[in-house]
Amino acid sequence: MSVSLATTSPPRTERLMQNGVSAAANALPVKCHIRNVNFYYGKFHALRDISLPLHDRRVTAFIGPSGCGKSTLLRILNRIFELYPGQTATGEILVDGQNILAPGLDLNVVRSKIGMVFQKPTPFPMSIHDNITFGIKLYERLPKSELDDRVEQALRRAALWDEVKDKLRQSGLGLSGGQQQRLCIARAIAVRPEILLLDEPASALDPISTQRIEELIAELKSDYCIAIVTHNMQQAARSSDFTAFMYLGELIEFDETEKIFTHPREKRTEDYITGRFG
Amino acid sequence: MQIYTRRRANNYLIVGLSLAATAFGILFLIFVLGTLLVNGIGALGPTLFTQATPPPGSAGGLINAIFGSLAMTAIATLVGTPTGILAGTFLAEYAHGSRLGEFVRFINDILLSAPSIIIGLFVYAILVVPMGHFSAWAGAVALAIIMIPVIVRTTEDMLNLVPSALREAAAALGAPKWKIVVMVTYRSAIQGMLTGVLLAIARISGETAPLLFTALNNQFWSADLNRPMANLPVVIFQFAMSPYADWQVLAWGGALLITAAILCLNISARLFASWSGLQK
Repeated sequence: MSVSLATTSPPRTERLMQNGVSAAANALPVKCHIRNVNFYYGKFHALRDISLPLHDRRVTAFIGPSGCGKSTLLRILNRIFELYPGQTATGEILVDGQNILAPGLDLNVVRSKIGMVFQKPTPFPMSIHDNITFGIKLYERLPKSELDDRVEQALRRAALWDEVKDKLRQSGLGLSGGQQQRLCIARAIAVRPEILLLDEPASALDPISTQRIEELIAELKSDYCIAIVTHNMQQAARSSDFTAFMYLGELIEFDETEKIFTHPREKRTEDYITGRFG
Repeated sequence: MQIYTRRRANNYLIVGLSLAATAFGILFLIFVLGTLLVNGIGALGPTLFTQATPPPGSAGGLINAIFGSLAMTAIATLVGTPTGILAGTFLAEYAHGSRLGEFVRFINDILLSAPSIIIGLFVYAILVVPMGHFSAWAGAVALAIIMIPVIVRTTEDMLNLVPSALREAAAALGAPKWKIVVMVTYRSAIQGMLTGVLLAIARISGETAPLLFTALNNQFWSADLNRPMANLPVVIFQFAMSPYADWQVLAWGGALLITAAILCLNISARLFASWSGLQK
């Protein structure tokens, strides 16, 4: 059944996108084309024929009820799912024209271009400074002074510098949850990726930290293509330019955020954003 | 009201039983430590650490046995720790759901519960018989074989406690697998792993059976690993069973030494573990 779906439904999403997105949006440069992506946890068909663009220097939010596959989709974009056996993805994900799902690609190079921040803060058990340099040192050999500069840049960019500049040598585990999450964002951007994947980055944080993260996203938008998964509808409405609504492993609707939240075309989208299900 | 009084009575009953059981266990520990102290303290003295085991009826110490125990434990630790940690790493990080992993884990569990005398006999058969004589090497190998499954187990358990989100975060930065393991996973689990190693050392430092068949004993000072070597457990075994009063006193002294050493190891393992708790 899954196989036939994969081959029959592309036209629907294609049409959906062409009709939905305005001419202005279509004119924006696309950083990443997701094309006919299917995903399987073992035999379970978790994502069905997902196609949508991620625009450069824009924020695309993925919303939908738990288990709809939004995090799964994000985990395909940097192939992190491959850490676990039995998970497979088909289709194409073109980043600057290159299919990153193609076999034989150097995964570490792919991941260096695509940073990811997870739901729970994941500082490494090392100093704040070393947390940032961990990623940088994977790709570049820099003298110490330059390394220190990069650390400062990343921390400034993540709006964390003022809070930690005097304790760079202390453990990253000693920071508060919100600070840890910003540390993780700093760590991700320190390797200078082109795409940032944020998997519910604020869901474990208090409202003030959440606000800081959202401000940060708005800030970072000028340099990166950002994809964010969120359960918080207001967050999606506030911080994204495009919104994709997913349900039961399918992409139901993708459009400019404003349209999704004011004039959704699909009944299910409307039901979800007005809180009638999910 | 009745239900509350009944619950309270139940509570008192259970707490009382638990306390009694705890006291029962601790009583024996204190009893053992007390007996050792009372009987062993007399043997403690400078000669214990300077002279070798004496013939019956003359004065002497345990230096050859102390050295032998330290040497064989050290060699076993040097062999067993890297082997055990690498095997545990394989199980926790690389063998997810694989047949080989299941197999290794199963074998390791068997080894973990194998009686140590079987290990002694095994090393006797593969080393002592072909070499034609007992030796400290054989003793160290036997101790290492006992040590490895303990370390494999603790290493695997400790690594499994590291949240997979941490590994994912490192992988998402583009770190190769070995780097994730060494720089992130090990660092998160290091205290637990070292605690496991300390406990494994404590475990082997009191083993007697495997040494009986391998290092045997040596009445004289010897640092030659190719020859039989004295060690505290076997000396205690031999001296305690002997009819000579001065040998029996030395056996008590040796027992006190081993117990004190193991106690220290266990306490430092505990301190290590709690230190790791403070770090997080």
